[in-house]
Amino acid sequence: MILVVAEQHDGKLNRASLEAIAGAQELLTAAGASAGPITVVVAGNGASRVAGDLAAADVGGVLTAEADGLSDYTPDAWVQAIRQVIDQTSPQYVIFPHTYQTRDYAPALAATIDRALITDVIGVKQVGGAAAFSRPMFQGKLTADVAPVGDAPYLITFQIGAFRADAMKRGASAAAVSQANVTIDAAAIRQKPEAPFQEAKQAVDLSQAERIVAVGRGIKTQENIPIAEKLAKAFGAELAASRPICDNGWLPMERQIGSSGQTVAPKLYVALGISGAIQHLVGMKGARIIVAINKDAEAPIFEVADYGIQGDIFEIAPALVAELEKS
Amino acid sequence: MKIAVCIKQVPTREWQPRLNEDKTWVREQDVSYEMNEPDAYALEESLRLREKHGGEVVVCSAGPTRVQQVIREALARGADRAIHVEDAALGAADAYAAAAALAPAMAEEQFDLILTGLQSDDQGHAQFGPVLATRLNVPHSTIIMEVLVDGQSLRVKRELEGGWFQHIAMPLPALLTIQSGINQLRYATLKGIMAAKKKDIKKVATPGAVVSRQKVLALYAPTKSKQTTMIGGSPAEAAKELVKRLREEARVL
Repeated sequence: MILVVAEQHDGKLNRASLEAIAGAQELLTAAGASAGPITVVVAGNGASRVAGDLAAADVGGVLTAEADGLSDYTPDAWVQAIRQVIDQTSPQYVIFPHTYQTRDYAPALAATIDRALITDVIGVKQVGGAAAFSRPMFQGKLTADVAPVGDAPYLITFQIGAFRADAMKRGASAAAVSQANVTIDAAAIRQKPEAPFQEAKQAVDLSQAERIVAVGRGIKTQENIPIAEKLAKAFGAELAASRPICDNGWLPMERQIGSSGQTVAPKLYVALGISGAIQHLVGMKGARIIVAINKDAEAPIFEVADYGIQGDIFEIAPALVAELEKS
Repeated sequence: MKIAVCIKQVPTREWQPRLNEDKTWVREQDVSYEMNEPDAYALEESLRLREKHGGEVVVCSAGPTRVQQVIREALARGADRAIHVEDAALGAADAYAAAAALAPAMAEEQFDLILTGLQSDDQGHAQFGPVLATRLNVPHSTIIMEVLVDGQSLRVKRELEGGWFQHIAMPLPALLTIQSGINQLRYATLKGIMAAKKKDIKKVATPGAVVSRQKVLALYAPTKSKQTTMIGGSPAEAAKELVKRLREEARVL
């Protein structure tokens, strides 16, 4: 069987869970029906409230894991909980969405049970009768087809957006929901979490912007940021940035696009001097039209771009401003 | 406080990959290397903690002889000494193998705190930190943006998705994976570079055969998800053509 580990917070399902189910359904096709059925487990207090959403998928069943010690997420408690579910269900594959939470505990879980974990998977294929997993390497410059080594279960995380939640097959009727038998040794939980918070109220909600000009490492220095500002103004766009720009303090953190920042889907996204590391792509690849301007023709950003200009951003940005101001 | 910082040597950002003959790895002879950027932030954080609390910073790295380049650089930036688990097979090893290689030598040292980057810029597994923590049986937390040490306890700010954060407390010893941008990096001074030449790098053999938990079957250029129209010509010509297409073809202006 294939076990999918869904994620929820306070009874609210993380949408990436549905993408993970869609990916698991594709894995079932690649690995053969004998690898099925799919069981979904969701842990933490509030799990039972999202069980209905998960049971709508074409899966064999849904397990909820609620127990003392699972009220707030900690890696120690989640390793204990998911390990027990794995022991009880003996899956061939354990599938996770590649969220920050998964990244926090899935490697520890894999190490605890001494099994392979393949992360950030963007596709599933069949190679020599077995399932292989495609994942980006070297900052997205290359893709690798990877096979797990050792005994099952194999732990796999699917990158956010790699599979579409709306492509998830729904069942003819709701799958059965039952409670997993999980007990947590609270004394073994070493992390004491506090309530999540936001640093500052976000001044700009980039998710509502129709057009975005985003600037990356290619801008080179803080003194050059006005070049990007002028381009954004000429396009009637909001200015945004990739992570390194915000790390350097050249633009405020709330203008950051990517896995640690905002996720956007504007009509037009202009990537200025952004190479297109995967952490950035997950935040913007839903844009309708993507323009990439970069000096490096091999930059991964061109793989998602509708229009590309290979060249010097310090020549092209002013030329675009002049062109846009003509009419 | 005795702090370890685990550093990986990775290809430079400018490097253009070329594949080996059987297309399962890159041609290593073409690669130029640098310190993994998230690890550079972990190093900086460990130096700041030492400045505040005293103690020492020990660089720990697993890899072939070539990784001495980044070990020396870390020593030049201010780390006190280093442990290099050396094996040619570690060059292409995964996070599981790297953690297995480093764990015994690091366990012996009994570090109070272990820092490393949240992921590597080459293989990008984002697994090494939590796997090493499990092997050393110390608590961990990942994607950390602030580290506060108070006696034997630790309070950290962990980054969540979409601009959210969370404080987490845990006892020492512990392992943290550090997010890029937690601090401003310092660079090596000439004095630091000179001093690094005298610092100790302890070479250790791998505890056993290097075994990865995943095998690369094929390596290739990414498949394009979109048909990209590349626009050429002078900057002015390219700008004119792009604006025309955005207006008339894509209709987004």
